[in-house]
Amino acid sequence: MTTASFAQIGSVMTAVFLASLVEAVEALTIVLAVATVRGWRPAGLGALAGLGCLALIVVVLGPALQYVPLHVLQLAIGVLLLLFGVRWLRKAILRAAGVIPLHDEATAFAAATAELHEQGARQMAHADWLAALASLKAVLLEGLEVVFIVIAVSAGRGLLIPASLSAVAACLLVAGAGFIVYRPLARVPENKLKFAVGVLLSAFGLFWTGEGLGVPWPGADLAIVVFIALFLALGLAAIALARRPNVETIR
Amino acid sequence: MSALTALLRELAGLFVDDGSLASAILAIVAVAGICVVLTPNVPLLAGAVLLLGCLAVLLANVLRAARR
Repeated sequence: MTTASFAQIGSVMTAVFLASLVEAVEALTIVLAVATVRGWRPAGLGALAGLGCLALIVVVLGPALQYVPLHVLQLAIGVLLLLFGVRWLRKAILRAAGVIPLHDEATAFAAATAELHEQGARQMAHADWLAALASLKAVLLEGLEVVFIVIAVSAGRGLLIPASLSAVAACLLVAGAGFIVYRPLARVPENKLKFAVGVLLSAFGLFWTGEGLGVPWPGADLAIVVFIALFLALGLAAIALARRPNVETIR
Repeated sequence: MSALTALLRELAGLFVDDGSLASAILAIVAVAGICVVLTPNVPLLAGAVLLLGCLAVLLANVLRAARR
């Protein structure tokens, strides 16, 4: 195994782990809100149904991708990763600079809890179903982002297993922490994680878009490391340039 | 039907947050693709367009959002 492939496996696993942490924390907030308002049964059933849907998507989509020509796959996934990564990076930069507010799990938990109470009061007979649906939707939507990232960064590279293991490890870590503390994980530095993931995914997206177009990147896979450094430097510079006064700390 | 529409909207939202940023990135990819076709002897030109274009588009978008 070459240094480049170690670098690639390491950066793929890091990107998937950090992205999965962010998404799992967001899903956990909603599942905990459902469990608090309606109990663990609808919360757990909804979450399990969401995981089942995700497993089905992976089982159907994963093998189907091997029939797509590699350069087409690289271009399509590269462009999607680029859009996805740059979107995360932009949002993290604007949050860090104080242009838009930071995402707050405690606020999200309070909003979800209030909405579930309101739904329960309006539709008593279907309250558990609606609560389970909220749990399913949270796990499915946040999980779809994880599935996309896992498939995108590992497709055509034989890295599906390490990428999947990273995602599962992050989700288990968050689920375990949430189960123990039984409240939203509001102290996770979500914006820093989002910034890091945005940098990594933008770099992967740029690399694979170029490969899909037939660009012979100098240094082959090692070009990804250079792209990571460039996106990181640009992101930090953009935070400094866009910073609003009175932004003292960056979570 | 409305649930399906909401799901599709959420899916699109995974990739597009600010429409002008997404359009600019797609335009950069298109220009890089044109460079590959028009200058096959200088394949790195497309790479340079892609790299510098994406960095410039991101910085410009962030600074514009900060000025609003």
